[in-house]
Amino acid sequence: WIRFILIQNRAGKTRLAKWYMQFDDDEKQKLIEEVHAVVTVRDAKHTNFVEFRNFKIIYRRYAGLYFCICVDVTDNNLAYLEGIHNFVEVLNEYFHNVCELDLVFNFYKVYTVVDEMFLAGEIRETSQTKVLKQLLMLQSLE
Amino acid sequence: MPAVSKGDGMRGLAVFISDIRNCKSKEAEIKRINKELANIRSKFKGDKALDGYSKKKYVCKLLFIFLLGHDIDFGHMEAVNLLSSNKYTEKQIGYLFISVLVNSNSELIRLINNAIKNDLSSRNPTFMCLALHCIANVGSREMAEAFASEIPRILVAGDTMDSVKQSAALCLLRLYKTSPDLVLMGEWTSRVVHLLNDQHMGVVTAAISLITCLSQKNPDEFKTCVSLAVSRLSRIVSSASTDLQDYTYYFVPAPWLSCKLLRLLQCYPPPEDGAVKGRLVECLETILNKAQEPPKSKKVQHSNAKNAILFEAISLIIHYDSEPNLLVRACNQLGQFLQHRETNLRYLALESMCTLASSEFSHEAVKTHIETVINALKTERDVSVRQRAADLLYAMCDRSNAKQIVAEMLSYLETADYSIREEMVLKVAILAEKYAVDYSWYVDTILNLIRIAGDYVSEEVWYRVIQIVINRDDVQGYAAKTVFEALQAPACHENMVKVGGYILGEFGNLIAGDPRSSPLVQFNLLHSKFHLCSVPTRALLLSAYIKFINLFPETKATIQEVLRCDSQIRNSDVELQQRAVEYLKLSSIASTDVLATVLEEMPPFPERESSILAKLKKKKGPGAVSVPDLEDGKREGGELNGGGERGPDSAAMSASNASTPSPSADLLGMRSAAPMSAAPTSAGSLLVDVFSEAGPAAPSAAVNDDGFLRDLEPPTETSGLSSELQTPVDSPFNASSRRFVCKNNGVLFENQLLQIGIKSEYRQNLGRMYLFYGNKTSVQFASFTTTVSCPGELQSHILSILRATKPVEPVVEGGAQIQQVLNIECLTDFSEAPLLNIKFRYGGALQNLSLKLPVTINKFFQPTEMTSHDFFQRWKQLSQPQQEAQKIFKANHSMDTEVLKAKLLGLGTALLDDVDPNPENYVCAGVIQTKGQQVGCLLRLEPNGQAQMYRLTLRCSKDSVSLRLCELLAQQF
Repeated sequence: WIRFILIQNRAGKTRLAKWYMQFDDDEKQKLIEEVHAVVTVRDAKHTNFVEFRNFKIIYRRYAGLYFCICVDVTDNNLAYLEGIHNFVEVLNEYFHNVCELDLVFNFYKVYTVVDEMFLAGEIRETSQTKVLKQLLMLQSLE
Repeated sequence: MPAVSKGDGMRGLAVFISDIRNCKSKEAEIKRINKELANIRSKFKGDKALDGYSKKKYVCKLLFIFLLGHDIDFGHMEAVNLLSSNKYTEKQIGYLFISVLVNSNSELIRLINNAIKNDLSSRNPTFMCLALHCIANVGSREMAEAFASEIPRILVAGDTMDSVKQSAALCLLRLYKTSPDLVLMGEWTSRVVHLLNDQHMGVVTAAISLITCLSQKNPDEFKTCVSLAVSRLSRIVSSASTDLQDYTYYFVPAPWLSCKLLRLLQCYPPPEDGAVKGRLVECLETILNKAQEPPKSKKVQHSNAKNAILFEAISLIIHYDSEPNLLVRACNQLGQFLQHRETNLRYLALESMCTLASSEFSHEAVKTHIETVINALKTERDVSVRQRAADLLYAMCDRSNAKQIVAEMLSYLETADYSIREEMVLKVAILAEKYAVDYSWYVDTILNLIRIAGDYVSEEVWYRVIQIVINRDDVQGYAAKTVFEALQAPACHENMVKVGGYILGEFGNLIAGDPRSSPLVQFNLLHSKFHLCSVPTRALLLSAYIKFINLFPETKATIQEVLRCDSQIRNSDVELQQRAVEYLKLSSIASTDVLATVLEEMPPFPERESSILAKLKKKKGPGAVSVPDLEDGKREGGELNGGGERGPDSAAMSASNASTPSPSADLLGMRSAAPMSAAPTSAGSLLVDVFSEAGPAAPSAAVNDDGFLRDLEPPTETSGLSSELQTPVDSPFNASSRRFVCKNNGVLFENQLLQIGIKSEYRQNLGRMYLFYGNKTSVQFASFTTTVSCPGELQSHILSILRATKPVEPVVEGGAQIQQVLNIECLTDFSEAPLLNIKFRYGGALQNLSLKLPVTINKFFQPTEMTSHDFFQRWKQLSQPQQEAQKIFKANHSMDTEVLKAKLLGLGTALLDDVDPNPENYVCAGVIQTKGQQVGCLLRLEPNGQAQMYRLTLRCSKDSVSLRLCELLAQQF
């Protein structure tokens, strides 16, 4: 199961941090820095997987943003890798060509998108159609 | 400005965020934030009641400030107020705030729980989901207490909306992980399992995570999920790529759900029902077939989704390990991936093949890919891929390809990344030993290791080469010649000097006939390295020198000269000085006979599992890298998170590393193993690990007698040869504590003065031990005291409350016997034995004895009877590599059936009949009772009468216990 999801830019600024287990604030900061350090040194020829402490990070880079998911070492790498992509496609649809600024100005909405697709560290919903329908319904509410 | 943000107000928030982004410096940002905080505070404190919109906006700003990394100490109450708004956007911000800034104020928690309760009963699916997400995100104990009984009801109610069911299932999963005691499925079990049949794929996707987690904990209660999962999987796998509409991802039907279904099946053994099994095998075959079909899209998403399912299917095939046909097909498929242009696939194929290599059905098939894997090791750009290639080479190694693989690994080592060198060294050392046909190859390999990667050769590795050379006389001459040559190199690694010093000290005579390696040449060569070495190595060399004096009397004068010079005899290091002084004295006063006895060749070491292997296991084990900061998850997730506890041994190891005394490299010290195994500081030290059993071999008995005699004389300052020899050697006691592994009563110790008898009984995690001290002489023992101490680990509560019920009488009359009772409680598993120290005066002399008490972890066994089916099911469940410990060893005692049975029963486990298909084998089961937990243990002993060998395999729910039991038991048979 997922321990945390991080979206960071190349400079290391966090655009989303979603935690699925208890960490104190210092620890969160340390994890954020460590993930940034291990992920940014890798290039396109490298795998999308990095061992990380007793876990592993599955990540993919989209323009200047790194989407990282920390899971157990026995978890299915490709399933989570595509889980990231599925999530990115939903964001892209929802924000009409998503860019980093959308995530900054609408940070509170990004959390809603995450909760629709991932909950309690597990994949909750994978259908883009269903997620987007739900998001648009919520968008219409006051 | 992003499109979406325009329509929904909160302009103030967007302006504030823009302001922050425009700040040129950190100071400016802080200034802007402080201004905003002051503004918000005044709004919250103001007389005018804020409307919902403003409240939402300010709470959202506070959240933004918090996420920037600033402390927020107010606003919680306003956030809680938002929860009771009936506007979605306000409620959402309120819930988000309290999920991100979790607060432990109990009044707040009461209010929050109240709001959640209202939303859960609102019948408004949007609000219900918000409330459920909040519980799932916070997952606190308080929330579990408040809602754990309510959520299952929502989950299975007929009128619950699909999206709410999804949230409820995962919310329950989170609560189960936090507080399993509060989530009682009981009556809901079957309805939850049937969610696998739900027509909404999203509900199945969410529910299956919950079911998988529950199945891992209660496999029996949930086992009906197997057939449901198989039929669901079968429907997905056989559907056309467009059948599932919304759930088709790049032409792949429901990839994530398929993966989750395959993963759920890995919680169980293969289905017993033939029809279900047949259907499942068909699914697996279809998945393998699809991998061969041309892709329906060139997009990487398509192939990734397809392969995600394929790898999960292969995991299941490996988990079953019973379908040779599927295993070989899986292997062939992975073989194709090994050359794929996608790095991800090459990596995953290497990783997956590693597990295939250990199956008897696919081992040969894996081996056919050796050239590709070697190539990967040489050419992959990503170090993690090379690492997997090295892992795979290690896994596929056997007698037929060992030389090739070891050679490739050695050559890779020259350029290997620093991060993986140490592990590579261990692997090479293990393979070289395991598959050595001729030991000269082994010696060459290890010396090459030291040459290429000396810094990464740990003590275990060079101890082991020495151990092997000492045990095999056919390789000793070769070893001496080879180290001699290796030492010729102008710059050689200190580890080479250590090995060289030790081996020439023992076997230099075997090459002394050649004038090019005459005794003096050997000595000069060694001594030329002396000054560049560290203190422990110098200490070892000094011991080698004194051995030279014994081996080659003609070197005596030269060596005495060296010992006598100021830099030795007045060395500021106490250890070096003492050795120089004592060796010099020994060489000048002892007769040749005494010298020959004291400096006799090392006795062979008993055959035992390589400690290198143990080290590698430890390194690889999940606990090997300690991650204290992730401990929380351990508590939450239990075994789910795969992070085991840090083994007590590794803790002991690091503790003792810090305090390892310099004589740990001592040549003579090894011989009289006493101070090492008796001294608390070195308990569990590496040296003990490798050599602790050197004691009982024949020659050390003589040393023991020396020690005993010495004890009868009043000790004087100068009489000691070296400090090690002063303490009575406890090697026989090691031996005797070993005798007590399978029995509880008998004579623990006896010499000319004293006999100690022992009777003990154990129940659950408690034990009582009666000690009988008998005075064999006619003279009274005065000031008789006994103390029990727990060295190192033990002391820190591993095994505690080991106390005498009352102190013993201070006087033991001639011919009399006194008794003492010890109470023992096992708190958690342990591997060291407690020490019993006995002091008394006999005549004028103070006697001092240290014994290991025969308290071993197996004493706390409760036998468990089980059927063959149960046994093998549990056996499979304990399938993580570190849960297993295995040893193959020569029989040291009679292999008679009755004797073996008696021993296994004495061990405390239940001896299970008719379990193992081979009637020659013995199978046992038991539970070790400690105060904190129960550790289930399964044992299998496979005797091979012809070869006079045994294979012993232990699988326990706790890694450290497997290792310890394996160690203990291997000495028994």
